Amino acid sequence: MARCDPARAIEKKQCSGCLIMGLLTNDFRTAEKESKAGDRKFDVDLIREDFPILRQMVHGKPLVYLDNAATTQKPQRVIDAINRYYSAQNSNIHRGVYYLSEIATEAYETSRKAVSQFINTKSPNEIVFVRGATEAINLVASSFGKANVQPGDEIIISHMEHHSNIVPWQILCEERGATLRIIPINDRGELILEEYKKLLSEKTKLVSVVYVSNSLGTINPVKKIIELAHQCNIPVLLDAAQAVQHLQVDVQELDCDFLVFSGHKIYGPTGIGILYAKEEILQEMPPYQGGGDMINSVTFENTTFKKAPHKFEAGTPNIAGAIGLSAALDYLQNVGLENIIPHETDLVNYASQALSSIRELKLIGTAKNKASVVSFVIDEIHPHDIGTILDREGIAIRTGHHCTQPVMQRFGVPATSRASFALYNTRDEIDALVSGIHKVIKVFSTRP
Amino acid sequence: MDEIKELYQEIILDHNKNPKNYGELENYNYTSEGYNPLCGDRLNIYLQIEDQKIKDIRFVASGCAISKASASVMTTVLKGKSIEEAKELFKKFQKLITTNAGDEPDFKEYGKLAVFAGVREFPTRVKCASLGWHTVIAALEDKNEMVTTE
Repeated sequence: MARCDPARAIEKKQCSGCLIMGLLTNDFRTAEKESKAGDRKFDVDLIREDFPILRQMVHGKPLVYLDNAATTQKPQRVIDAINRYYSAQNSNIHRGVYYLSEIATEAYETSRKAVSQFINTKSPNEIVFVRGATEAINLVASSFGKANVQPGDEIIISHMEHHSNIVPWQILCEERGATLRIIPINDRGELILEEYKKLLSEKTKLVSVVYVSNSLGTINPVKKIIELAHQCNIPVLLDAAQAVQHLQVDVQELDCDFLVFSGHKIYGPTGIGILYAKEEILQEMPPYQGGGDMINSVTFENTTFKKAPHKFEAGTPNIAGAIGLSAALDYLQNVGLENIIPHETDLVNYASQALSSIRELKLIGTAKNKASVVSFVIDEIHPHDIGTILDREGIAIRTGHHCTQPVMQRFGVPATSRASFALYNTRDEIDALVSGIHKVIKVFSTRP
Repeated sequence: MDEIKELYQEIILDHNKNPKNYGELENYNYTSEGYNPLCGDRLNIYLQIEDQKIKDIRFVASGCAISKASASVMTTVLKGKSIEEAKELFKKFQKLITTNAGDEPDFKEYGKLAVFAGVREFPTRVKCASLGWHTVIAALEDKNEMVTTE
């Protein structure tokens, strides 16, 4: 079988030189193009007032919350929206003919439109509400995967995937007799695109990669990854769970075929997430789960399904979650990603610099293009001991493998400590982290 | 920081840095692998059992200071003990590290193990302190599957 050679395919269609240069320079952070910093005043102190949880003390110290890649805190606006829904609007959607049901249905479908606008889909029908990014990937693996993946086929993922973008594909490959291929990463924690190009072939049925790595912070060159896959007519799924809150994501500009993210990592509630898929792909996909609300008619002989996205939303959905997510996106857009991006870029640069100055500390993940995550290890001190001591200083960081065990294996560490930032974090908090780490080193250097 | 000082006592830090009975045992007849899926810590225990007694015990671990030090102290306590005594000590140790925070255990009763009393103030670290013990018990019960702290 002739291999699909993306480099050749590019030559046919466009100047290969330009594209390859683009690949190597790794310079397509979509956000930066549209950055209009200074349009509005960004005051982090005012932002912090919107997040009630940040006012509390932990172990007698002000809370320094640096575990935003795990989940973000919620602004009052989101809490109020959920409260308002349960206090004044609660009812089941889509089939009620009474006042409350109309209001709830309207709010739920308005949220779909808000998500659609947020990532710039062609139509709100391309937005499926799910529980989170994990369920969205499982939906694609189960529905698209079973319809399209045959024995001998291949699915490409990368070495820096979260377990949620590994395990569903492993299960599918096992069931279908297909093979999982892995894009390797270099010592800085960047994808090796030359190797990726070699993996693309006529056997490839899907490329599924993370946009921003949760354990390394790397922003991947997803636009180039998509272009290369599309030269071979291979669809691409982007795991944007760590991207949508930090970068301006435009699915039409990226031309991705699928994109997934979780509400709770973008200042919304848990239990709500998004699957975006191009409408022509979504309409072709078989249902994921069967049940109420996803059907046109049911008899014991035959059932006909609704069109997407409703075909994929069996049962009563997380209505409050969708409403909360919509409020979160409103909040984020009101602050403005054009203001958030420079603030968070400053935080990640400041943190990288401050942590690098600690002699005993080594950063894991030093990609040129990074977003809001700083992972590190300290000589002979296990991340869990670091986490426990920092906790007593009121500092919440994540320690462990971050659901990316292959990344830990790649860097030869059992675990890392990870600080991850959100729009409400400050340089002062990073200073607190650094002084906390000095305390950790002091505790461990005490000798009898 | 007082609770931190109590948790990371010098004896514990010392055992972490220079663990006793560390490395594979040549003539072992019982072994088990312990795993904490929460943090990825791994610990292998090797035992030489003769006449229902622990004649020798060694371990290899990749993990935090608490799990490594606890396993190290444990090996020094268990060497020469009978299987029954080992199981009793495990129960006692569990009681020590899970007593309600603030309650004062009777330290005399615990001997060398008393240094781990500080763990009771840190519920998230109980699994670290008990990983070595769970692994020994699994080895003694001759379970072939890997034990996890979950």
